[in-house]
Amino acid sequence: MPGRKHAELALFVGPALVVYSMFVLLPIGLAFWYAMYRWNGIGPLTDFVGLDNYRRALQDPAFLGSIRHNAIIIVLSLTLQLPLALGLAVLLNARLRGRALLRTVVFAPFVLSEVITGVIWLLILQPDGLADRTLQAVGLGGLVQLWLADREIVLYTMFVVITWKYIGFAIILFLAGLQGIPRELAEAAEVDGASKPRVFRHITVPLLGPTIRVWAFLSIIGSLQLFDLIWIMTLGGPANASSTMATYMVDRGFRRYQFGYGSAVAVILFLISFGVSLAYQRLVLRRDTAGALTRMAG
Amino acid sequence: MTALTRRWRAAALLAGVALLLAACGGGSDTPTAEPGGDPNQPVTMTWWHNATADPGKSYYQSIADAYRQAHPNVTIEVQPLQNEQFSTKIPVALQSNDPPDIFQQWGGGQLADQVAAGKVQDLTEASRPWIGTLGPAVNNWQVDGRQYGIPYTFGIVGFWYNKSLFQKAGIGAPPATFEDLLGAVQKLKSAGVAAPIAIGSKDKWPDAFYWDYLALRLCSQDVMQRSATDYNFDDPCWTRAGDMVKQLIDAQPFQKGFLATPAQQGAGSSAGLLANGKAAMELMGHWNPGVMQSLTPDKKVPDGLGWFPFPAVSGGAGNPDAALGGGDGFSCSFKAPPACVDFLKFLVSVDNQKRFGELNIGLPVAEGSETAVADPNLKGLVEFRNQASYIQTYLDVAYATSVGQALNDAIAQQFAGQLDAAGVVEAVKSAAASR
Repeated sequence: MPGRKHAELALFVGPALVVYSMFVLLPIGLAFWYAMYRWNGIGPLTDFVGLDNYRRALQDPAFLGSIRHNAIIIVLSLTLQLPLALGLAVLLNARLRGRALLRTVVFAPFVLSEVITGVIWLLILQPDGLADRTLQAVGLGGLVQLWLADREIVLYTMFVVITWKYIGFAIILFLAGLQGIPRELAEAAEVDGASKPRVFRHITVPLLGPTIRVWAFLSIIGSLQLFDLIWIMTLGGPANASSTMATYMVDRGFRRYQFGYGSAVAVILFLISFGVSLAYQRLVLRRDTAGALTRMAG
Repeated sequence: MTALTRRWRAAALLAGVALLLAACGGGSDTPTAEPGGDPNQPVTMTWWHNATADPGKSYYQSIADAYRQAHPNVTIEVQPLQNEQFSTKIPVALQSNDPPDIFQQWGGGQLADQVAAGKVQDLTEASRPWIGTLGPAVNNWQVDGRQYGIPYTFGIVGFWYNKSLFQKAGIGAPPATFEDLLGAVQKLKSAGVAAPIAIGSKDKWPDAFYWDYLALRLCSQDVMQRSATDYNFDDPCWTRAGDMVKQLIDAQPFQKGFLATPAQQGAGSSAGLLANGKAAMELMGHWNPGVMQSLTPDKKVPDGLGWFPFPAVSGGAGNPDAALGGGDGFSCSFKAPPACVDFLKFLVSVDNQKRFGELNIGLPVAEGSETAVADPNLKGLVEFRNQASYIQTYLDVAYATSVGQALNDAIAQQFAGQLDAAGVVEAVKSAAASR
């Protein structure tokens, strides 16, 4: 009965659609609209500047620096966090004493709020703080740096904190993926004389592929929108050395009251995230999702 | 069947929309009196202030209660908001048709923007009989000579210092000139004080205090005052201010890693370093003893804390007794009834201001309320404030927000070695041009 079906669709989809339109689509549209004005947030939109806000943003070295910082975080995440998380996941998947406890410990930072994480690390990293004293105690005093005050180092310091915070999530995902790989495959390979590294390389990693690809996607999007930890720990400083697109946007929009300009930055951030998501879905995730969709239709 | 379906579909959508509207509605429909209406007509005013913690919170509530006692027709709904929320909530509320009647107001460029948009009431006539008792600070709540806000507290920035460390370094009297200050830094360093001056550069505005004050000493009052309206920074005094900032930075007076130090959070903050004897002085506002108190192990203001004004600069066009400062006030929004300004008059009456001063959470402005300030350092500070030839509001507040914050960012970049004196002036000029 198609009539009844339509009614049900309207009843169940209608409210969600209205909410989605009002709180997701409309604000996105409004951002595009505000971005064409010079507007301090008070009073009517009168000063139409067209695409000038975009031009100014893309010419501002501070904003271009922020984009570069986001890109560095993405590259570091994919090249350093992935092997680290994979290694730890394989380790935690093995039969060893206190495995449950170790898993909890590794996952704990992910459960902490960003604010608490930021404050803890601020204390650890302050000059002569825990990090410095630990290094000195083990005879590595020469490695002590101004972790957050040195413009050359601060972004990498932040990457370490970000890794500490989010690696638990990657490990849990990979652990779940590892559980799904039938043990028989590895056993069969070993019977055929395959070494452990070969089993890992030719069985574990390929079968973990879909999980890794999904994690990489979430990691890229998270890196593009990175905000909380940076804002709490450095406010994007010193002198913009750790700013990201999101901290730049909040700074210009809410600290400087340039809501039109801030909206333009938000639109650029949205377009970059959206473009990267679409490209990733089409180029990398296609075979994973295509399989699922085909099965569902069939 | 199709007709029924269509009706069904419409009904379902309508139900959804109705639910949503019900969820979004619920605003108050209390009528507000039109200005000039019957003064005895019952009115309700909402009041947004930033004292979310005691003793400020109960003090404001008691003021509202006392006013209601005297004017039974006026109901005041007091709503404390976190300080940080104002920057986002005020613009949105003023855009709407239901703004708060009385709200926190820091004056300067932000007030000018609100006035330009027609969102704030002109209080000039209503406050004329009594505004004179509030001292020179009221200038900051004026736009083009008209009064748009009433201050209730105002403090100035100066050096807070550790007397025993100064003594240890053999510094007899607090530095009176900029050269004295640099000399004191050297003496403190020779005496083994690792951080002669503590600074919270992470927050940027503490950096700006130095630049602002040096500009105030080097630029004439006229140049200073006009800069907030014509945004002309061609006078060489602005670059000279940056040159002197560089002189100070080059003397390396600050603590290790100062670029990442916050101003107020934790014992490692600049206030914490001064409070715990790790630094000898800090250029900071009148609130510093209160902040330091919360950062010491015994929660007491450290003994031997002193205050001296920003030193004089020889050859500068500014007065050595001019002061940099800022304060808090309240404005009446465009929707507020006439009772609003009457209430503000009550709020800044000498008695209420004395009570405010006794709470030790800010410096009252009303003439005659100074007696309530008991702390000897703050007494000296209030004296300097009251005798100042000119009071300049922090430039980031005095200027339009976009220009003021761009200035702070540029100064912070100079402290990080990323901009020179001319670069800071260029940055503020370009921010003013695209304002």
